[in-house]
Amino acid sequence: MKKMYSNKLNIFLFLVPGLILFVGVLVAPIIASGYFSFFDWNGIGEKVFIGFKNYKELFTSKPIGFLRALKNSLLLAGLSVCIQLPFCLWLALKLGKGIKGERFFLSVYFMPVLISTVVIGQLWLKIYNPDYGILNVLLRAVGLDSWAKIWLGTKETALGAVFIPTLWQYVGYHMLLMYAGIKSVPKDLREAAMLDGATDSQVNWFIVIPYIKPVLRVSVIFAITGSLKSFDLIYVLTNGGPLHSTEVPSTLMINMLFLRNRYGMGSTIAVLLIFLCFGFALLVGLIFKEEED
Amino acid sequence: MGQTLNDRNLSAKVRRYKAQNAAIYTALIIWAVINIFPIYWMFTFSLKDNTEIFGANVAGLPQHWLWSNYSRALATGQMGRYFLNSLIIAVATIIITLLAAVMATYALTRLVWKRRKTINKMFMLGLTIPIHAALLPIYITLSRTKMLNTYLGLIIPYSAFSLSMAILVCTSFMNDLPRELDEAACIDGCGTWGIFFKIILPLMKPATATVGIYTFLQCWNELMFANIFMSKDALKTLPVGIQALAGQYTTDWGPIGAALVVATFPTLLVYVFLSRKIQESFIAGAVKG
Repeated sequence: MKKMYSNKLNIFLFLVPGLILFVGVLVAPIIASGYFSFFDWNGIGEKVFIGFKNYKELFTSKPIGFLRALKNSLLLAGLSVCIQLPFCLWLALKLGKGIKGERFFLSVYFMPVLISTVVIGQLWLKIYNPDYGILNVLLRAVGLDSWAKIWLGTKETALGAVFIPTLWQYVGYHMLLMYAGIKSVPKDLREAAMLDGATDSQVNWFIVIPYIKPVLRVSVIFAITGSLKSFDLIYVLTNGGPLHSTEVPSTLMINMLFLRNRYGMGSTIAVLLIFLCFGFALLVGLIFKEEED
Repeated sequence: MGQTLNDRNLSAKVRRYKAQNAAIYTALIIWAVINIFPIYWMFTFSLKDNTEIFGANVAGLPQHWLWSNYSRALATGQMGRYFLNSLIIAVATIIITLLAAVMATYALTRLVWKRRKTINKMFMLGLTIPIHAALLPIYITLSRTKMLNTYLGLIIPYSAFSLSMAILVCTSFMNDLPRELDEAACIDGCGTWGIFFKIILPLMKPATATVGIYTFLQCWNELMFANIFMSKDALKTLPVGIQALAGQYTTDWGPIGAALVVATFPTLLVYVFLSRKIQESFIAGAVKG
């Protein structure tokens, strides 16, 4: 049996489809992105090697505005961790305790996760529409005419208007992960604490939350990397406008690549995105480990 | 005396508990409404004309059910075409992903070789890598091989990006299959491939369902790659098609609503029947990582 399972040819044949896909479509392109990031290249002409100049320009050039885009996505990450996740945790704790209608609420809250971001984006475009959108119609109906705004077209409100659906859509996702974690807390652990006279919130704070820390870690990592990568909704709602006020790294990258044909600069943004995602994932992992010690 | 005091205390506690409970339920119900409303609104305005949507009847049920919005979205808007494209791409991606993943998992969990832990770790890196990072090199490769505007041009990248999660789910599942099965089959004269096809593959059904659902949703909803790789109208997927349609009908909301419903309806319908399984597939994709 062991000899049969050690046959090199078979091992190779079983691995090959997956490896070709993974290396060909993921690993090699990412290495290529890293390579392109050192060149000035418009995709058609000659590549000119310029070392780290793209990186330098990205961080110093005001017109490109990478720092603003980065700041926007970090702000989204911050809001996600500080507002969205605690709310998700609250929902998960309430549902996980076992209340009437638990399945119904769970399924309803998860629904937006399944719907295409383009559909969600189109719906919110209509909600925010300055003339006929539900939001302004509602504000006018209750006499708050002056509150009605061109939500996505005004520099001051656009960022908030884009963030709200982004945060809203994934509440169900994080809630579901936490809920699954909470459901796996052993019953006797809970009951023992209750017998000792612990209140609900004490049980949550001292038993449930420490128990689901691994889930919380995953949620925090996903919330941060998801914010750094966020693209679809912003692309549909504002595509980075007005006046670049809602730009994030990935909209900037698309803009560089396919509007300005700056392949080198676009690749530089791609590379930075990878480093940021891995960096934050490691950092969050470390923070959670520290806590445990 | 002490008894009544206790009673009074207790009833105060019960009252407080009830009030708290009511507050929690109110919050939960409000959040449920916030989640359902956009979808309800989408369904209703897909059946209305502009006069209703723009004032006469913003949020109510449609007064005249305007099914012509749907025929317009399907005929002039080509939503049927986009739907079919999305379906073909999603199904092909699921098949390729599953085959590659189950085979790789078999090699990673059952077969005996030196560097399998390293290779497994490499596959798992795919869970964190932002797919945008590979966009340009894939685009260049596709354009040089004349594969832009082909189904394969999306199917291959989608399969590659679904692979990590598929291997993750399959690994945890295959590890739970007892190794005695392999040994028994081996004694009965099955070779490596025989064990794989006759024993392992049929037992992997629940894992394939999980992976299939997850992969389907990823493909069905993906925008960035589809938007850039599919510029020909006849090959657009639903998300790209909707964007195109919305650009066409800027002032006519009904057909757009109909298009949104066409894109969302299958997912929601399946969700109604398989909500538990779908939720499980999302949990499996995250927590076990």
